[in-house]
Amino acid sequence: MSSISYFISRVLQIIPTFLIVMVIIFLLVRALPGDPAIAMADAKATTEQLEQIRQRLGLNEPIWVQFGYFVKNTLTGNLGDSILLKAPVTEVIFERLPASGFLALYAVLFSLLIAGPLAFVAALNRNKWLDVTIRSVFQIGLSTPVFYIGLLLLTFLAAKMRWFPVGGYGVTFWEHMYHLLLPALTVALYTSAIIMRNLRSSVIEVMDAEYVQFARAKGLPEHVILGRHILRNALISTVTLLGLSIGNLMSGTLVTETVFAVPGVGRLMLDAIFARDYPLIQGLTLTFAVLVSIIFLLTDMVQAMLDPRLRVS
Amino acid sequence: MMFKKLMPHSSQLFVLLRPGFLVGLAILVGSLALALFPTIFAPFEPNVFNYSALKQPPSMEHWFGTDNLGRDTFSRVIWAYSVNMQMAFVATIFALVIGVTVGALVGYYGGIADAIFGRCVDAIITFPFLVLVIAVVSVLGPGLTNMYIAITLVGWVYYARLMRAEIMGQMANDYAAAGKVMGYSDRRIIFRHLLPNAITPVIVYWMTDMALAILLGSSLGYLGLGAQPPQAEWGVLIAEGRNFITTAWWLSLMPGIAIVLTGLGFSLVGDGIADLMRPRG
Repeated sequence: MSSISYFISRVLQIIPTFLIVMVIIFLLVRALPGDPAIAMADAKATTEQLEQIRQRLGLNEPIWVQFGYFVKNTLTGNLGDSILLKAPVTEVIFERLPASGFLALYAVLFSLLIAGPLAFVAALNRNKWLDVTIRSVFQIGLSTPVFYIGLLLLTFLAAKMRWFPVGGYGVTFWEHMYHLLLPALTVALYTSAIIMRNLRSSVIEVMDAEYVQFARAKGLPEHVILGRHILRNALISTVTLLGLSIGNLMSGTLVTETVFAVPGVGRLMLDAIFARDYPLIQGLTLTFAVLVSIIFLLTDMVQAMLDPRLRVS
Repeated sequence: MMFKKLMPHSSQLFVLLRPGFLVGLAILVGSLALALFPTIFAPFEPNVFNYSALKQPPSMEHWFGTDNLGRDTFSRVIWAYSVNMQMAFVATIFALVIGVTVGALVGYYGGIADAIFGRCVDAIITFPFLVLVIAVVSVLGPGLTNMYIAITLVGWVYYARLMRAEIMGQMANDYAAAGKVMGYSDRRIIFRHLLPNAITPVIVYWMTDMALAILLGSSLGYLGLGAQPPQAEWGVLIAEGRNFITTAWWLSLMPGIAIVLTGLGFSLVGDGIADLMRPRG
């Protein structure tokens, strides 16, 4: 019962936040100097077409009425037409989402494979040379911009050694896996540096916790303590970390898509910016915000499932 | 938390003698010197074409090779120091000042302003940082100044959030109540009493934010949204070399070394300062 009410209240919390998200996106394009209708339309648009856009956006009405139209249009999935691609914004975005989603999940998988074991090794050898080495390498990783990691991999593994394609996405699942391997690794090297740093300290925190000391005092073998007590509790912080780094993950994906020419939403965003395609920019910004809040929500729920204490408060 | 246990109890200043901090400090001092006096360190002019030396690989004369117009990459990387080091400061300082002021006021007065502020923060952190910054740049137009405005518009929120929490924590102390009883003005209590006690975590965050600003600034330069060619800026240099990645790899890969080194310098010094300023129980 309490867990259901927790979920409901958590979902309801999104509504006011989202209203402000809409205000920000609304103001973004309205902040442009001049007539928003001209900004929202093709450069060759006729006076009639401009008038049509003014009608749809309600530009002749007071600003709060305009905002009302914007909210209504957004909720009904009508985000206008992309100037660049001459198609409805929602359609264009849904077409490009799979590539980005594939890349993001692939990258999460890699980050867990990289950060997870290394965080444990570092924590178990706290302050010994192994720990110091692992942390130093990741410190360098944190100071390296994503696009540079991508270019390094692209230059040596794709262009020089020709082990991997230099771009694209492929058609079948295995082609996706092959084409996106280097991009996913690029994003993962960046996100795993963030995750590993935090995961190491939370593993150490768990290791020093009283219940672990108690388990040890009871005489439980080390592997049982590690598996049942430390690992399970470290899992909670891993989920939290993954959820919180979703923004970093998306930023990383966006940049990586441009480096490797992956046909995803990140690359679309940059194309939209250079084409001054404001309906598309607006739609994409909204999409990113929606995705992040869904992930935040899921994180909270998984966390509540793993850690019963959170459901009570 | 964990640093508390790792650190020796004796002297806090011991932090400053750790190799990590010293290496970081050396990198930053060196970077600053390059940024302030590029003419001393750069062997060539950054934007002078030399058609007798096109796309030459690294050599004794051209350490980082030359580009398709015969410009010396090493000199361009050195000249870029002034722009990229400037990013660390300019992209963060306005966000810091605005964020600290708003955070302090909202934390002190609470009420409706605080509630609205809280919702705004929730909304802004719902956007990935980079996405919101490039959305704002798209409205303002690409370029260095607009990039600074965009980063400030998004970045102040993070400072304000931190400052608000710290001020609220400080207000629970007796000295804050004492100031009120003495009849001091709100302004005096906030800015002379609470703020100096609450600023430490903000300064620590500022250090890491400067490292992030260099990474973000060069990323935007790479994407074509920050500094514009032919200005020598690390991200721009890397983007210019991208077309020659198979024939002249040095054009893109050499400038990256400067980014990694400088970023490392900032984060090592930042870690040191964080350890130094962290109150110990």
